[in-house]
Amino acid sequence: MTLFFALVASAFAATVPVQGTDIAGAWDVLYWFLIYVSAFFVFGILAAMIYFAVRYRRQEGKRPKFIEGNTAVEIVWTVIPTILVMIMFVWGWVVYKKMIHAPLNALEIRVIGKQWLWQFVYPDGKQSINDLYVPLNRPVKLIMSSEDVLHGFFIPNFRVKHDVVPGMYTDVWFEAKIPGIHQIFCTEYCGASHSGMLARLLVLKDDQWKEFLGGKKIDIAALSSDPTFPGFRANMLGEGMPAVSQGDASAPVSLVSQGKTVAQSKGCIACHSADGSKMTGPTWKGLAGSTRKFADGSEGKADDAYLRESIENSAAKIVAGYPAGQMPVYKGLFTEVELAQVIEYIKSLK
Amino acid sequence: MGHGVALAHGDNYINHSKGLKSWLNTLDHKRIGIMYLIAILSFFLVGGIFAMLIRLNLFSPGSTLVSPSKYNQLFTYHGAIMVFMVIIPMIPAAIGNMVLPMMLGAKDVAFPRWNLASFYVYLSGAAIACASLFLNGVDTGWTFYTPYSIRTSTSAVWVLLGAFVMGFSSILTGLNFVVSIHKLRAPGMGWGKMPLFLWALYGTSVIQILATPVLAITLLLAALERIVGIGIFDPALGGDPVLFQHFFWFYSHPAVYIMILPAMGVISEVVPVFSRKPIFGYTAIAMATFGIALVSFVVWGHHMFVSGQSEFANFLFSLITMFVAIPTGVKVFSWLGTMYKGSLHFHAPMLYAIGFIFVFTIGGMTGMFLATLATDVHLTDTYFVVAHFHYVMVGGSLLGFLAGLHYWFPKFSGKMYAETPAMIAAILINVGFNVTFFPQFILGVLGMPRRYADYLPQFTTLNRVSTVGSWIIAAGFLLVLFYLIHALLRGKKASDNPWKALTLEWQSPSPPPHENFLVEPVVTDGPYDYRGAKAGPI
Repeated sequence: MTLFFALVASAFAATVPVQGTDIAGAWDVLYWFLIYVSAFFVFGILAAMIYFAVRYRRQEGKRPKFIEGNTAVEIVWTVIPTILVMIMFVWGWVVYKKMIHAPLNALEIRVIGKQWLWQFVYPDGKQSINDLYVPLNRPVKLIMSSEDVLHGFFIPNFRVKHDVVPGMYTDVWFEAKIPGIHQIFCTEYCGASHSGMLARLLVLKDDQWKEFLGGKKIDIAALSSDPTFPGFRANMLGEGMPAVSQGDASAPVSLVSQGKTVAQSKGCIACHSADGSKMTGPTWKGLAGSTRKFADGSEGKADDAYLRESIENSAAKIVAGYPAGQMPVYKGLFTEVELAQVIEYIKSLK
Repeated sequence: MGHGVALAHGDNYINHSKGLKSWLNTLDHKRIGIMYLIAILSFFLVGGIFAMLIRLNLFSPGSTLVSPSKYNQLFTYHGAIMVFMVIIPMIPAAIGNMVLPMMLGAKDVAFPRWNLASFYVYLSGAAIACASLFLNGVDTGWTFYTPYSIRTSTSAVWVLLGAFVMGFSSILTGLNFVVSIHKLRAPGMGWGKMPLFLWALYGTSVIQILATPVLAITLLLAALERIVGIGIFDPALGGDPVLFQHFFWFYSHPAVYIMILPAMGVISEVVPVFSRKPIFGYTAIAMATFGIALVSFVVWGHHMFVSGQSEFANFLFSLITMFVAIPTGVKVFSWLGTMYKGSLHFHAPMLYAIGFIFVFTIGGMTGMFLATLATDVHLTDTYFVVAHFHYVMVGGSLLGFLAGLHYWFPKFSGKMYAETPAMIAAILINVGFNVTFFPQFILGVLGMPRRYADYLPQFTTLNRVSTVGSWIIAAGFLLVLFYLIHALLRGKKASDNPWKALTLEWQSPSPPPHENFLVEPVVTDGPYDYRGAKAGPI
């Protein structure tokens, strides 16, 4: 009997991916609560129907009872579900808040989706394709955008997902608790090879992460034989799907200095200073994260979305004190990677 | 009933006039309903074949049957055909057209010419959409999300315009029904004595009239963007792809209720008749119908929790969506209350109704997982969503349609179908449905995304179970097709009121005469006043 229950329990547990983060644990508790509430109603209603079908089946000489309603009962089955759904809503909101707000000290990695691959850009300037390297036990924030159509970035083991939208930054964050390989899917339909747009998340222990930062190639085969290897297979890329490339793990220049080069080559520095001196356009020094006052009297925080908008279409928000129409529209003239580089450069000018 | 004269002549709406032309030009709501039914069932067959091909392709990982591009077209056509050409018009335009005027005690709908026009508008729209099949096909998914739908090399414009045109048919039918319900109720039929199926059609019609124009303008803008690049939705042209999603779901979420409310209306008719008991909580069900219709307009954002929509919008849409559960729960509990202490008869319509209540409850409860913000983040865009909306649309709308089809079949064909194969088919379809779609919930929780032509090997077993289930459903539907055609050709003659129901359509002969009633009906009792001799067995 015990064995039976143990088997049933393990069968149920196998219907949910491994808990790769603490938030995945919180998610699972909420999920099982919903399962129990649903099971109560589904089996309760099924049991009632079966009971009625037997007890009140048509029988000779038995008359149905004339009942048109019962106010007390109707109030009960309105109020109890109301209470239950409000519990679901509040609980869902509380866990959701944890899922979407990254800690301030999170390591920022940029993700670019394109038909049909994932490109990852690290703060030190490294890039990789379809393999995302992250450190264990450290918050990581992914700042995502798309080169073409909608994509969706999904790590089932971490219960995080967000659409990747062209012309816009979205983000997900996580703090990985299980080293090894985790599966990444594209979840927003993006054309012919949508189901082939897969990637691997490689969670590295401290020493491996140092090796990665130092430019050493990581032995992925060794990762997949890790005893704590989570539910998904190492060989998650089935037949006919694109091969994974290790990427350029030895880029020598940081993202910030790459951004400085881009700013020079695109002519940004002709109008924007890096040291606070006043030129045609506002200085970049101390810009990122500051509160901006605009010509129309409104205010806004200079986050990534603002910086992106001001590069691509500066006319959208003119800083108070500067004339409109000075800066050309740069939309389409920067690749997603170049945008990321320049934004990181601006953010470095504290 | 004094219809001896007509019976003697055997005059009914089927033999009233002869020839194909008399059908194509008919203004008789019953004939128009039959034409809708034939068209919708034909499209259902096509959409169903696409569904079988999808499941066959997913029997094993790897593109075993078709290429990924072809697969993408399969699920796009399956979705677009089933949503726009089958489920939305299935109950209102086909069954509703036949039943509504008769339930009201009227000779026809308020605007018979509009009614015929709406059928040809529907056919034209369907023809435009299907024309794309012979061009480059379409691979955008039925949701046409931008900017992919702007950039794909397939013939998306045709399907966009086809759906645009079909929308007008939906608006015309909705207006026609609202006016008919207001103006054509039989003497004595106050709002409180109106059958619940009519309340459901009324709520549905209001949504059709108010929401469909938004879809129309959205599809038109998307088509214009494709043709001339006006730059509303494509960020490369200065547009906003998330805006498209807001517009699209502003219609398409209420559209879910266009699909489910009429099915709930059918269940509210069938359960009391086969329980020989009044519906439990008439007022509550009528109010719940309007509660659902109203709330349906302000929950569209729950399709977009991970789209880039703001945190505050997510908060509001999650909160409001929770309130859909309450009127829905009221209906389910009221149907159970109707069965309580009844005299239950298990004819085919009742079997479908019971299947509906069970399956729809699962569809509704799994909706809570998607309304709850945190759980939605993991489950959205996975097979969990696919399973959820099939439980609502197939398990709900389609089972409701089948209940209605069997329930009113004797009235409009004048023939009885064979009860035993009907019961077997009801069981096959219910079992097959659950075998097909329940494993998809688990696939979704495990992380398998939707719209995947290919999948990881660890998902194989559950996909195989699902595919086998699709064969069981197909067997059930083939059986239905077989015994219904058999009934039309060789069925026993149906009596005027084989289920001993109390709504007005059963006071007319089967099949009804050209103008529905031999004597204009007058309403004295409620539609569910099962007491005394009226509560006797069928």
